[in-house]
Amino acid sequence: MPATTEVKIDPETKTLVREGIENQINPFDLYALEEAVRTKEKMEAAGEPSTVIAICKGAPHAEEQLREAISLGADEAVLLTDRRMAGADTWCTSYELAAAIKRFEPDIVFCGMQAIDGDTGQVGPGIAVHLNYAQAAYVAEIISIEGKKMVVKRLIEDGYEVVELRLPAVLTVVKEINEPRTPSLRGKMAAKKAQITVWNADDLNLPEDKIGLLGSPTQVVKVMTPPCRSGGDKYEGEPAELADKLYDVLKCLEVV
Amino acid sequence: MSIRVDETKCNGCGLCVRSCGTNAIEIKDKLATITVEGCTMCGACVAACRFNAISIDIEKQPREDLDKYKGVWVFGEQRGGRVAPVVFELIGVGRNLADARRSELAVIILGNNISDAANELAEYPVDKVYIYEAPELEVYDAERYCRVLTDVVREFKPEIFLAGATTTGRSFMSGVAINLYTGLTADCTGLEIGEDGLLHQTRPAYGGNIMATILCPYTRPQMATVRHKVFPMSPKRAQGRAEIINLTPKPNLFSSRSKFLEFIETVGEKVNLTDANIIVSGGRGVGGPEGFEVIRELADELGAAVGASRAAVDAGWISYAHQVGQTGKTVCPKIYIACGISGAVQHQVGMRSSDIIIAINKDPNAPIFSIADYGFVGDLFEIIPALVRKIRQMRGVEAVCRV
Repeated sequence: MPATTEVKIDPETKTLVREGIENQINPFDLYALEEAVRTKEKMEAAGEPSTVIAICKGAPHAEEQLREAISLGADEAVLLTDRRMAGADTWCTSYELAAAIKRFEPDIVFCGMQAIDGDTGQVGPGIAVHLNYAQAAYVAEIISIEGKKMVVKRLIEDGYEVVELRLPAVLTVVKEINEPRTPSLRGKMAAKKAQITVWNADDLNLPEDKIGLLGSPTQVVKVMTPPCRSGGDKYEGEPAELADKLYDVLKCLEVV
Repeated sequence: MSIRVDETKCNGCGLCVRSCGTNAIEIKDKLATITVEGCTMCGACVAACRFNAISIDIEKQPREDLDKYKGVWVFGEQRGGRVAPVVFELIGVGRNLADARRSELAVIILGNNISDAANELAEYPVDKVYIYEAPELEVYDAERYCRVLTDVVREFKPEIFLAGATTTGRSFMSGVAINLYTGLTADCTGLEIGEDGLLHQTRPAYGGNIMATILCPYTRPQMATVRHKVFPMSPKRAQGRAEIINLTPKPNLFSSRSKFLEFIETVGEKVNLTDANIIVSGGRGVGGPEGFEVIRELADELGAAVGASRAAVDAGWISYAHQVGQTGKTVCPKIYIACGISGAVQHQVGMRSSDIIIAINKDPNAPIFSIADYGFVGDLFEIIPALVRKIRQMRGVEAVCRV
């Protein structure tokens, strides 16, 4: 069972994680990758060999994150990189990734529920429609996989939905699904040696007018920084006084 | 397609450098220089430049006559006949957009046995309520919803199509936009019709560090999912009712590779986090699962939902469904009460758009105080029980007074 992990990395994450970390794998994709590796391990234990392929679209230096994916258990990695794919919105991003994923005809595509920069959550479900696969978003648990049938639990607003899917399928996963491992020494060695496949738009026969900024239906026309929130009043003192003060605040806000 | 800096207009002020998310711009000899490898063509610098010196050239034409598309449509999300609260907010903003475009506002509702829900929607200021009823649509199914709505949009050609940014809206709308090859903007917090007649969609990105305004100029409909609690709920109509129109279901659209098996309600939680007007959240300072009892007690008194920081969830004190922050939920209640939460940036991105933030923390230097409207420095285990007592006591007094 070749499983594919869409490890979407955006170099722009830097702006959010302001602790001097360079690029990183989108946190949600780490859960996706971990679940893909766990699924593979279970399949192998059941006597069904399978492969995990990490796919990422990004600038050439995103290769580093793909090596990290290999250190965490991916068997192969593919980097989609092309100037012509820059500026893609979610329509084009899912189109480009779907084209790469199709080459492997996977049974299960694991995606993070959203990225932490754009956090649209639209790419995973978009890939499913481009590929014409079954889909389940916000998956919190894989209950079973038997043959071409899979049962998953989706986390929704007020509970969980249990859904059966016929494979192939695209899943987007939430954090609750697992606790990602840290790279093993063997994984780190494998990551160093790994050959990363690099594809551009021509390798995938993608028409130029359907990729990148040119193919994207949406356009960003204005970007602004919202005014910073600043702290207001700060109270110190005896707990009973503070409780009284807090009561007064809640009273003013008309909630008590 | 290319990005260009006009040397005659650029004065090297550096605004673009700061706007760039990928550090692809530097100022060399008083001129902005863009490294092509680092640039993702996101357009942030084009928007940031006050001198119109940066441009991205892109030649594009609509593929069809866009004037054929008219009206604003709202997706009337329901489950078990109960209309999602965000729908009434969408009707409010949708009405304004439709009026600005001098067009009609319609709401479409999918499901089975949903005439009560349709009648309820007809009491709001929409022009039409479309019902699409079939046993196959009894529960949410991503594939069926996606196919049915694609088909309906192709037939009726709305100019604008809105849905709530719920787990449902966020999962099927993407597919509808893919099928129609049109744009979809996620989690909008601002929607208005510009002078150009287009829908100007504003959304937070990078965890709310920036606000981006997005257009969909060449394709229709212009589609958006909209965050909860950003727009006020629409009042009911002053008079009359909207016209209710039954659409004829097309069974050929109902094939699906997924099957709903069961719904598991989260036990013991009265209020859902994203719908809540008040959230009381606990963090590391809560100290353990039993500490959340104190949080729950206050939440019960206030009719609030219980939230948590990542630290509390990772420690196993409370389930992930409660997590607020970058890897959890983004919430914007009227009041957010952070108890024993230090307020790391990853937590802040999930709650900083709350109207009022109240923080209780022992550490006077906790970052949460820098964004809290009301900060209380002290032990939550002393303050909250005292507050709960006070609330109960005052309620008791009021009850007596009323008698």
